[in-house]
Amino acid sequence: MSTTEILFYFLSALAVFSAIMVLVSKSPVHSVLWLIVVFFTISGHYVLLNAQFLAIVNLIVYAGAIMVLFLFVIMLMNLNTQTEPQKHIWMKLAGVISGGCFLMVLISLVRQAGDMQGKTALMKTGNIGLIGNLGKALFQDYVVPFEITSVLFLSAMVGAVVIGKK
Amino acid sequence: MSLLVIDWFLLIEKLVLIAIIVFASLGIALYTTFAERKVAAVLQDRPGPNRAGPFGLLQPFADGLKLIMKEEIIPNTSNKVLFVLGPILAMTAALMTCAVIPWSSHVELFGRNIELQVADINIGILYIFGVVSLGVYGIMIGGWASNNKFSLMAALRGASQAISYELAMGLSLIAVLMISGSLSLRTIVEQQMTQGGMWNVVYQPLGFLIFFICAMAECNRTPFDLPEAENELNFGYHQEYSSMKLGFYLFAEYVNMIMSSAVMACIFFGGYDIPFLDESTLAPNLAALLGVLALLVKIVIFIFIFMWIRWTIPRFRYDQLMNLGWKTLIPLALLNMLATGAVILWRQG
Repeated sequence: MSTTEILFYFLSALAVFSAIMVLVSKSPVHSVLWLIVVFFTISGHYVLLNAQFLAIVNLIVYAGAIMVLFLFVIMLMNLNTQTEPQKHIWMKLAGVISGGCFLMVLISLVRQAGDMQGKTALMKTGNIGLIGNLGKALFQDYVVPFEITSVLFLSAMVGAVVIGKK
Repeated sequence: MSLLVIDWFLLIEKLVLIAIIVFASLGIALYTTFAERKVAAVLQDRPGPNRAGPFGLLQPFADGLKLIMKEEIIPNTSNKVLFVLGPILAMTAALMTCAVIPWSSHVELFGRNIELQVADINIGILYIFGVVSLGVYGIMIGGWASNNKFSLMAALRGASQAISYELAMGLSLIAVLMISGSLSLRTIVEQQMTQGGMWNVVYQPLGFLIFFICAMAECNRTPFDLPEAENELNFGYHQEYSSMKLGFYLFAEYVNMIMSSAVMACIFFGGYDIPFLDESTLAPNLAALLGVLALLVKIVIFIFIFMWIRWTIPRFRYDQLMNLGWKTLIPLALLNMLATGAVILWRQG
């Protein structure tokens, strides 16, 4: 086994374990912290795929900003196991069924994707994830979708400010 | 050794380098606490600590020993795991920054060419941002796990302050990146070292000012030390902490100060560049040694300015802090970015 493979299996095992811990943790704060560990392992996978820029942006945006806001909300509302409302059994059942359907869709999507069949991941090669190449792709080939996305973000920000002012 | 194909010498070299850097930064941080008390004493016209050793030079060891010997108290109603995790995270995040800082050019030892930088990754500056944004967790988790409303308030304040000032910090750096065209700290330093090249602060005075203010806010230094405003919040997010866990929180602040000084020196003040001297004429090992000294001098100057400001300016009010961050620094940084872009376009013709 090469170092890359060992790292891959270690990161994958850690990712699955912490994802399970997100679900089974009783306290919401613990769930958020385990979710941060998941983001770290995913960033590790990006590094293995030679996409350092994606790895670090994943950390900055998700672990550094979004999860901090999650923690904010949880801490301000002081959510913990006692105050969590007990859901009805039918609600739980509906959750299981819809989640299962989603899983089925995802699996069939991956299995039927023609591009991915019979191919292995490019470990440590390929350089589309490096910042220069990614920037060129975004600002030359995909400049219109990119700009539209940023307008969407701007409108979301303005909307948040407007709601906050009320 | 067919199981793992690793360059073992490289591994050993890097481990030694990491150990040296970590212990050196901890040692400097130790004496920064001493310097802080001496600077405060000078500014307030009193002698400062002068009992332990000559000129009080053993004072930091006395302080450290006192912190370690104190009783370790974990509050009954706190979340025990997270309570211990808080200071660990604060310290780890503070020390992680040193991985991408180029301490000097390379030295030649035992026939090997050793770079004095732990990792020259092509996203060095973004890495620093990632680590800075993780530093918030030490404060938030510690404050929340203490199960004390003052700690929680301070933690929330600290986190919102850090998030607000990270934005302006990032925007002020984008202008520098537009000039240098690289995210690697070593490349940025080397560009400033070339003959006829100026330090980035010449091209980006406003960007440097914004970055400096934000660095002060990220380190929770006065006038931005709202998370530990003792007259409103007793003692802040580390109120329930005692012994070395408190020590770690206080120590992390000093390590942060050293690291942000090093980052500022690298990005805006030429890193290990010695002004008016062509390093390539010297022997490589001598140049590397002088480079480390030059960087250390720059770091010490920045730390002194941090302290000078702390003991001169009173603390902001919370709304003033937010207004400064969102309504002054961010628009200024945006303007700076636009102006830089316009000048670059104009120069390209």
